[in-house]
Amino acid sequence: MKTAGDVPIPDHSFEAERNQYHSTKILKELVRGAPPDSLKVLGVIEKDLCIPILTFVYGEAQLNGIGALVSLARLRQEFYGAQPDDDIFRERLHKEALHELGHTFGLIHCSLVECLMYLSNTILDVDRKGRAFCRHCQRALNSKIEPGRVSKWTGR
Amino acid sequence: MDRKVNILVVDDEEIVRDSLSSWLIDDGYEVAAAENGTKALEIFPSREWDLCLVDLKMPGIDGIQLMEEFKRQVPDQLVIIMTAFATVDTAVKAMKEGAYDYMVKPFNPEDLSITIRKIIEHQKLVRENIFLRKELKKQYRLHDMISKNHKILEIFDLVRTVAKSNSTVLIQGESGTGKELLARAIHEESLRREAPFISVSCASLTETLLESELFGYEKGAFTGADSLKRGKLELAQDGTLFLDEIGDISLKLQMDLLRVLEQKEFRRVGGSGLITITSRILAATNRDLKKAIEEGKFRNDLFYRLNVISIHLPPLRERKEDVPLLVEHFIDRFNIEMDKKVEGVSDGAMRVLMEHDWPGNARELRNVIERAMVVAKDTRISEADISLPASRKEGTNGKSLGDIEKDHILRILVENRWNIIRSAQVLGIDRVTLYNKIKKYELKKEVGA
Repeated sequence: MKTAGDVPIPDHSFEAERNQYHSTKILKELVRGAPPDSLKVLGVIEKDLCIPILTFVYGEAQLNGIGALVSLARLRQEFYGAQPDDDIFRERLHKEALHELGHTFGLIHCSLVECLMYLSNTILDVDRKGRAFCRHCQRALNSKIEPGRVSKWTGR
Repeated sequence: MDRKVNILVVDDEEIVRDSLSSWLIDDGYEVAAAENGTKALEIFPSREWDLCLVDLKMPGIDGIQLMEEFKRQVPDQLVIIMTAFATVDTAVKAMKEGAYDYMVKPFNPEDLSITIRKIIEHQKLVRENIFLRKELKKQYRLHDMISKNHKILEIFDLVRTVAKSNSTVLIQGESGTGKELLARAIHEESLRREAPFISVSCASLTETLLESELFGYEKGAFTGADSLKRGKLELAQDGTLFLDEIGDISLKLQMDLLRVLEQKEFRRVGGSGLITITSRILAATNRDLKKAIEEGKFRNDLFYRLNVISIHLPPLRERKEDVPLLVEHFIDRFNIEMDKKVEGVSDGAMRVLMEHDWPGNARELRNVIERAMVVAKDTRISEADISLPASRKEGTNGKSLGDIEKDHILRILVENRWNIIRSAQVLGIDRVTLYNKIKKYELKKEVGA
């Protein structure tokens, strides 16, 4: 894993009417600027993100692609009028970053509330879910990372 | 495993289509997208869509028009209208035109999730409901017969049991109660189902004709017998011979039939060779055979020979709970035959149908529904579409003797399916008198009756 430097936010991603940034446009730039040998690239941004059809998103990723993006704006306690709390903030970032990276490995949303791949529509959803993938998502993830391991897991 | 949920997204803005589609794909749905109404209508017939998300304002076919077209093709299609312009008028219009919901772009992610999950749950319940109704109907059904009356359900059970045997079955019941349908059901449930089911209406033939119809004749047996003719008894070999209106056959034929049943052999008219019977005999009558025996019109020994297994079909007025079930059954059937889309009957129409006495039983109900479906202008049969003959409970106040006679003759004719011989017998008059009265009162057989 490598931590890259700052990447400029493309001007055309700013949605003036909504005072938010279009995550898909930023994600495209992020992937275009990624080193050629990157397996996955995760962008972290302070700005509040949206897509045209939704009022906001915590992040966005390319399903089976390499790029993932997470916004910090709605993960901070301050956004909800509460006192800052670094532990809660880190916990949320951990979950959302892994969730978006999960999409890049082809994982779709999971119906289990405790799974990292559960769709978070509210900050309560983010807080409620666990720090790990459920058994099924973990198995699907393993099959992408180490295809040979699945046969051992399933025994078939 | 549950099948994938199919969602069709229709929006002229590429960016909206793409972002909504990818959000839905991430959530595990099967998604197809179309950029306009024309393209959407091309894609639409390719699968069963659980939900269509349609943009309101699009060039060409707009969202409401597109939804109408979807619903014309699939009346229960669930559609959510999306718009960037929130106005009460368009929202009301969309809902009035049958949209399941109306959403203003951009959506709150939680609202979108909840709405879609609600729809999926709703769809699942609808499918479960349809499945359960079908399963329930199966229990109420025996081939072409349908009932939830406990007596009839017991008969269905009995039929399933006796069908496997070769015993003679005597089915009794008023006209129109489904005696022939039951006989066919016995045949279909039996091991003889691949062999022919031959039905003979004994009341419609004279004694001589019935004899040659049943036994057949050899060439030259009588004037006009210029070739060999096999009788129904022979044609039904290995299958089932159904003798309808057995109570109407002459005493001579009763004797012949008794001999055939006892000896399991017969000769063609004018023939000498014996033919062995391998068919099963089922018989039916709407007459009270015990009374006919007392009156010397029916042979006691033939009755006991036929009555090995006795089934009495109750009239429809004694099982009114079957009226709604039969109405639905006949509507389904005539919708196919007439290529119509009648959905049911109004509460008022059902009340009229439930109050009627049904002297002609299920057959009369079938005719009434058939007629109503021909005249109905709406997708629901109304009270005005229902045409019923005068009820037997109807009062006679203010009616002339002629009116009462006319009503009575018509009722007897309907009850006896316009069989002139039988109707004349019931009325206690000869055939010529009955013909004269039909002419005098200008009585006409209804189409389908």
